[in-house]
Amino acid sequence: MVDQHIKLPEGSIEKQTTTLNLGPTHPATHGVFQNILELDGERIVSARQTVGYIHRAFEKIAERRPLYQITPLTDRLNYCSSPINNMGWHITCEKLLGLSLPKRVDYLRVIIMELARISDHLICNSIVGVDTGAYTGFLYVMQYRELIYEIYEEVCGSRLTTNIGRIGGFERNFTNTAFEKLEKFLKEYPDVLREFENLFTRNRIFMERTMGVGPISADRALNYGFTGPNLRAAGVDYDVRVHTPYSSYEDFDFIIPVGTTGDCYDRYLVRDQEMWQSLHIIEQAYKKVKEFKGTEAEVYHADVPEYYLPDKKDVYTKMEALIWHFKIIMGEIDIPPGEVYSSVEGGNGELGFYLISDGGRTPYRLHFRRPCFVYYQAFEELVKGSMLSDAVIVLSSLNLIAGEMDG
Amino acid sequence: MTLSNETIKQRLIEKFEGQVIGFDEPYGMLTFEAPKELNLKVLQFLFDDNELKFRFLTDLQAVHYPNQPGRELAVVYHLHNLIDNVRIRFKVFTGIIQPEIFTATNLFSSANWMERETYDFYGVNFVGHPNLIRILNADEMDYFPMRKEYPLEEQTRIDKDDEMFGRG
Repeated sequence: MVDQHIKLPEGSIEKQTTTLNLGPTHPATHGVFQNILELDGERIVSARQTVGYIHRAFEKIAERRPLYQITPLTDRLNYCSSPINNMGWHITCEKLLGLSLPKRVDYLRVIIMELARISDHLICNSIVGVDTGAYTGFLYVMQYRELIYEIYEEVCGSRLTTNIGRIGGFERNFTNTAFEKLEKFLKEYPDVLREFENLFTRNRIFMERTMGVGPISADRALNYGFTGPNLRAAGVDYDVRVHTPYSSYEDFDFIIPVGTTGDCYDRYLVRDQEMWQSLHIIEQAYKKVKEFKGTEAEVYHADVPEYYLPDKKDVYTKMEALIWHFKIIMGEIDIPPGEVYSSVEGGNGELGFYLISDGGRTPYRLHFRRPCFVYYQAFEELVKGSMLSDAVIVLSSLNLIAGEMDG
Repeated sequence: MTLSNETIKQRLIEKFEGQVIGFDEPYGMLTFEAPKELNLKVLQFLFDDNELKFRFLTDLQAVHYPNQPGRELAVVYHLHNLIDNVRIRFKVFTGIIQPEIFTATNLFSSANWMERETYDFYGVNFVGHPNLIRILNADEMDYFPMRKEYPLEEQTRIDKDDEMFGRG
């Protein structure tokens, strides 16, 4: 037998493990981040994460911008569900300003936010499918994400980075086309989701690839600051929509699905059930919106001239509107001093905004509590001892989004 | 039984005998501060106490106040009691010359990256942190960019040659 070992220089120690760089990957996959895995055969011994490849200094930029110009920054946090981020930001500003909104605006917001949640969870679950080798489901459900994007387009004019809504409401009323598309979605989507479930939920290959992979106990999950579906999969029923209701969520009837083991399969199931609950909420909200009659049915924003951009038509014809328009665009509105923390249930968990104003025209300090950033640090604990292929599934089932991680 | 802000306040005053100060309730969230040497003791007390149970660290970040000599940097903890659903905000101030405060990583695993981020942007030195290196910025950076002495570019500056930016 030939000795195949390479002769090492004297005094050196032979390394028993392999180092593998998982990433940095192309932005179109999960976003740009790197994992340095230490492998013993195919078992993961340790993992070291590197983040920050697409850090864009949003918090610093926000210190020089009037409130309404910060909305587009929030789009780019979790870009799979940017309307939720936009709304979260508007709700934070409204809390600072002490505004209360008409009910119809709240319900319209709920519709948009729940659509965003569906599109977010849809991506995440179908990507878990792709990573376990089932590509069909992913392509199939993309049609319905498309339909959701068309609804956004009807409401705000853009699709991915939406910049939807304004402080005080929406920039325009929902058109009839928007409602028609919403009805189409409500009618067709349940069948699609059911078929999607048929593909995955009791699929033996899928179950064996995901069950028991990347589990976390409720205690550890809480200690790691998990929120959202990932925390609920571990069995903690914490949901910002219920614990600190915003945008009239207390008017709706829905269930918080929880898992038990916190593994990839439970995370899949929780997201799946949440999509059903979101559908349920949208149906209720749409029903409530339809109940408004007469002038009430035309309300789509609160009366806050200092922050809500007036209609372009009014700007050209009315003095008052022209003045407000000018003041808002030039950033000449002083924000009342205060310190406020407000959070919404984003696609990945508690998306918090900590805003300090010193009475100037821009925030003194703004911090985003980005759920992805907080829970990604648990990655090593989740994958230690499991196989290399499991690491990829854990990545996708945590729904890591680099935009949210890097801020 | 729900936990009221008043109860939390009384418990803290009782335990720390007037060292926890500055109680306020902006927008309903109880806010207070403690001397920086006590930050871990306060966090531990809030965590362990059977009535208070603040066991979820929602957020941790710093704020820079350049006009407060000796207490330029504030480290702000947002804590959440998930059982009674109460949130509080806890601040610790430190001077900018030697911005050292104790790490909360032993209490909350989530504090690890949050503290690294705070160090990265404000240079707060968390004593006892297992791996206090930059996280979002480049490793070779030698300043702390979120401090107020690094303002963003003045938007009205005129010394820029617009032609260089294709706007000539």
